[in-house]
Amino acid sequence: MTALLELDGVSKRFPIGRRRLFASAPPPQVHAVDDVSLTVAPGETLGLVGESGCGKSTLVRLITRLLDVTRGTISFDRREISDVPARLFARDAARVHIQMVFQDAGESINPRFTAADAIADPLRRLLGLRGAALRARVEEAAEQCGLPRELLGRFPHQLSGGQRARVGIARAIGTRPRLLVLDEPTAALDVSVQVTVLKLLQRLKAELGLSYIFVSHDLNVVRLLCDRVVVMYLGRIVEQGPAQAVFDAPKHPYTRSLIAAVPRLDGMRPDVPRLAGEPRSPVDPDPNACRFHGRCPVGEARCGAAMPALRDFGQGRFAACHLAGEG
Amino acid sequence: MSNTLAHARYVLAENPVTLLAALLFAAFAAMAILGPAIAPFDPLASDTMRALQAPTWRHLFGTDQLGRDILSRVIVAARIDLGIALASVALVFAAGGLAGLAAGFFGGWVDAVVGRVADTIMAFPLFVLAMGIVAALGNTIPNIVLATAIINFPLYARVARAETMTRREAGFVDAARLSGHRDGALVLLQVLPNIMPIMVVQMSLTMGYAILNAAGLSFIGLGVRPPMAEWGIMVAEGAGFIVSGEWWIALFPGATLMLAVFCFNLLGDGLRDIADPRRRT
Repeated sequence: MTALLELDGVSKRFPIGRRRLFASAPPPQVHAVDDVSLTVAPGETLGLVGESGCGKSTLVRLITRLLDVTRGTISFDRREISDVPARLFARDAARVHIQMVFQDAGESINPRFTAADAIADPLRRLLGLRGAALRARVEEAAEQCGLPRELLGRFPHQLSGGQRARVGIARAIGTRPRLLVLDEPTAALDVSVQVTVLKLLQRLKAELGLSYIFVSHDLNVVRLLCDRVVVMYLGRIVEQGPAQAVFDAPKHPYTRSLIAAVPRLDGMRPDVPRLAGEPRSPVDPDPNACRFHGRCPVGEARCGAAMPALRDFGQGRFAACHLAGEG
Repeated sequence: MSNTLAHARYVLAENPVTLLAALLFAAFAAMAILGPAIAPFDPLASDTMRALQAPTWRHLFGTDQLGRDILSRVIVAARIDLGIALASVALVFAAGGLAGLAAGFFGGWVDAVVGRVADTIMAFPLFVLAMGIVAALGNTIPNIVLATAIINFPLYARVARAETMTRREAGFVDAARLSGHRDGALVLLQVLPNIMPIMVVQMSLTMGYAILNAAGLSFIGLGVRPPMAEWGIMVAEGAGFIVSGEWWIALFPGATLMLAVFCFNLLGDGLRDIADPRRRT
């Protein structure tokens, strides 16, 4: 099966501080995303998890081509799209097919647009629809997302959180994209609405044949909705594999801690150590040490001397840990 | 559109001060547009037989040293004073607003250039700068407009820049990029409408200052030239007569000037309520 989206060795670095006039050394850099390779198959849902600051959002912005990669390539439908600068990507043929649902639906809708304006904007711009055809398409997208027609004339501040989320989703599916990036689509919603929005997303995926990249903090949701999961730590992939398998038997100590941190009715799992402290600084990290070293509950001396590669453990499972698979 | 009108009516009904400002504005607008048509006398016709008459029923605001009807002159002057102010506000809105928008959105060298230009203008006492510009370029009406626009540039550029910066990272900007907008179009079509409410308030507030500035330049002899009817000149001409008891010559144009500034300042707040969709319920 050919991949719909393929990332190969993608890195993104941000220089920090001002470039000095006579500086000999290059300015320090934040390694936001480091050497990430992954694929998304047609019809697949890929979960992307990791704590705040692990590079999820940067990766999402790279995939949706709002940011340019520093290194590596991104291919969509077997065509490289990372060589088109982000500022010109608005005119790229793939723009129609890679769309996104934002975390905070309220903030992602222009306050001066009505719901109909917001949904119509990409249709008008990317598909060139006008007049009756545009109106029909807007109403169709709204209906698919369960947004009553009466609400289309309202401004975002006149809509509830759930209704705003539906507007955000309707806008994203309007152009009939093939890949939808969901950046914590339910994080800003209250629990009762979360379920209906997740059900809506599941239904749309089946109806429209979409592929999802699902970024979430909620591991329970990732486990339910995702076919495969990618776990990130400080810009690097530490583990990936089929969601069920990863959750049942995580290979990387970070994944273990992450899963153990999911609140459960019966309290903490006693056998997995709880993570303390903060991740290391992402500014010019040591290329010869595991990023998790120092915070890792099982780390050894070699973890501080060599960066573990992402190793293949068969059945689609990968983990970047020297100790994975041992003992 | 009818929605906006209904909302405007609601704001006016809720807020008597804005209603007052709107009525004052309507009166000034009528004076500016109709001008000579509603003035009871020819503003330039002198009649030395009737010079320096205190207000009477025939001359409500009295007459000046040349016997010209002050009420007529005050009415006719509205067009020139408001015209200069409006032209300069439009000019500075276009130049300062766009410069601030670009500076706030793109940052980098654009921001640095706009920021330094604004700093340079701010380094001068603004009225003195306006005097200098008019003195150097000649006191014609276009130069008064230009000078008034230049001294207001930093205000517009800074407000637009700050408002744009708070929205640059907003989700709807990224959403617009995903919708196929390039940065240039995005700034004008999506960010600018969002900063318009605050810019409109700014325009109304600086409109008052612009009137004051134009009148001030004329008052010191660097603006509009006599015998043209203009509030600043009229106050200047009348100032000399206050000592001898002819108070009405300076008072009426001065009070009109004050009311005009007052009106635009009050209007600013009301306009914000009308222009901001978030206040719409």
